Amino acid sequence: MLTYIIRRLLYSIPVMIVSTFLSFTFVSLAGDPVAKLRGNPRLPASTIHNIILQNHLNRSIPVRYWFWVKDVITHKLGNSLETFQPIWPDITRTIGHTAQVIIIAELLALVLGVAVGIFSAIRQYSAFDYFFTSLSFLGFAMPTFWLALLLQILFVDIYLKWNVRIFYTSGLNSPHQGTWSLDRLQHIALPVMTLTIISFALYSRYMRASMLDVINTDYVRTARAKGLSEWHVVMRHVFRNALIPIVTIAALNFGGLLGGAIVTETVFSLDGMGYYFIQKLQAVDLYAVMGWLVVTSLTIIVFNLIADVLYGYLDPRIRYD
Amino acid sequence: MTEPTPLHLGKPVAPAEPAADGLMTAPAGVFDATAAAGLELKARSQWSYARKRFLRHRLAMLGLVLLIVVFGAGIFANYIAPYSFSEIDLNNILSPPTTVGQHYFGTDEIGRDYYSRVIYGIRTSEEVGLFVAFVSSIVGLCVGAIAGYYGGWLDNLLMRLTDLVLTLPALAILLTAAALLGQGSQWRVSVILTLFFWTGIARVVRGIFLSLREKEYVEAAKAAGAGDARIMFRHILPNTLGPIIVNGTLAVATAILTEAALSFLGFGITPPTPSLGNLVQGGQTNPQQWWLTIFPGLTIVLIVLCVNFVGDGLRDALDPTQRRVRA
Repeated sequence: MLTYIIRRLLYSIPVMIVSTFLSFTFVSLAGDPVAKLRGNPRLPASTIHNIILQNHLNRSIPVRYWFWVKDVITHKLGNSLETFQPIWPDITRTIGHTAQVIIIAELLALVLGVAVGIFSAIRQYSAFDYFFTSLSFLGFAMPTFWLALLLQILFVDIYLKWNVRIFYTSGLNSPHQGTWSLDRLQHIALPVMTLTIISFALYSRYMRASMLDVINTDYVRTARAKGLSEWHVVMRHVFRNALIPIVTIAALNFGGLLGGAIVTETVFSLDGMGYYFIQKLQAVDLYAVMGWLVVTSLTIIVFNLIADVLYGYLDPRIRYD
Repeated sequence: MTEPTPLHLGKPVAPAEPAADGLMTAPAGVFDATAAAGLELKARSQWSYARKRFLRHRLAMLGLVLLIVVFGAGIFANYIAPYSFSEIDLNNILSPPTTVGQHYFGTDEIGRDYYSRVIYGIRTSEEVGLFVAFVSSIVGLCVGAIAGYYGGWLDNLLMRLTDLVLTLPALAILLTAAALLGQGSQWRVSVILTLFFWTGIARVVRGIFLSLREKEYVEAAKAAGAGDARIMFRHILPNTLGPIIVNGTLAVATAILTEAALSFLGFGITPPTPSLGNLVQGGQTNPQQWWLTIFPGLTIVLIVLCVNFVGDGLRDALDPTQRRVRA
């Protein structure tokens, strides 16, 4: 298992190099990073020239890529081209905010999705099953940004009409409020709700299918034939095996979302990874965008690996060597 | 119409390995026997079985009918929409939905009729969806077929390329690509989407070609002296068409959703051209005017839902071995 993990990590190094080089080229060609500074009449041309020289912006892209790689390793992702501040503190701050939202949302979605999936499978084609099947179909067809916007509009209108503040509709928290204050929870409630609904559609669907796969196997029939109670059969024999694919999907989903739920965070102006990425991309802030890409792809690679290892651990039929 | 039992088959539905050309014809002996018994037996192809299964799929038919109505409205937008998408009526600003002046979906902050804008938005979205699905299916089919049949460097390249795409969030790649290649018209956005959509279809086709090239009928064709091109397109291709059609159909929905997300974030189709995504974005700036958000969004949901129903129906009809969970 250990050799498998090491081999996977080694394999991801060339993948990372190629993908960062390609995106570096893409973003570099996307626009002039100092265009904003050029537009500032109070900045003399010599200052701009110095900035260009300092950041090697006059060199060819492979050379700049090399300087950037050195910066990533020795200076924790380097400095932003827009504000000239270090990128690392921004990333750690925003990933913390994103993690808070994602962890709450994914846990809620998992618990609800698994519970609904189990009952839909046990009572297949019941009214309960049909209701949640239609709901998840709707969840798949619904654009995330639209769902987020509907929730936002609903709570803006409630506030304007009755002057009741149930949830805040944008931002992370009011001034001088901490990470686990009620105020913060009121702020992140709507993004959490959006992500929970979307992930719930996915998990409940997968759980149902996975339960149905297991419920028709021979060993479940054997368990019933032995005279075990239905509860025992479902919880001990079916549920535990049906959970295996869900664990994998949840790990993959979580890794992908840590890079920021770009759309949801943008709608709610939440200071997380996704919102950070969009803002930096709009400003053509090359190094900030690249820093984001590196951190995001690393988390995805790590969580893909975790998913595979978990799968191998939970299902001993799978062997990695 | 009474349904003649297909005498030549144990199961009437056996799509896994139809005859080489994709058609299933009854052996000559069956005809003779039934003709002698005074019965008429029509030869049925795989496609006619598939069509039958599809026509019986209620949700898929409902989806298809609704889709024809909605897409038809998009195609004939010039005739159906009461106003042009950019017509400004300053006397009717932010009017809620009303039948007066045919503002069924209300008007926006400069008095443009939202009903007309949504209909033109459907046209834009359907152009993107159909273009992306069609072109990426063709490209994915060609690359996947060659990669799966020959293996070698192209296969390696394809697999590494998809590995690469999998290490980054798709939306981030698309946004970066949109920042580079520019946004604006629906055709630019379609090309950007196609650049990323074909790989998924190519992987599916590659997988099928990889397994089918080892089949006995391919060996038989080889022994009969058929060339590579003939084997690929005449013998293997018809057996891959089911999954390709299904994937292509579902790609329409994914493309429309992705385009809407890009446009919503300001990296896709930019206003004057209305698209369902940037119409929803217009609603964000006026949270009190609910109709500006609800109607374009509902239209997206309706289209995607219908496309998914049709796709599922096609899957059940063309590929009954694969009953899948919608992901």
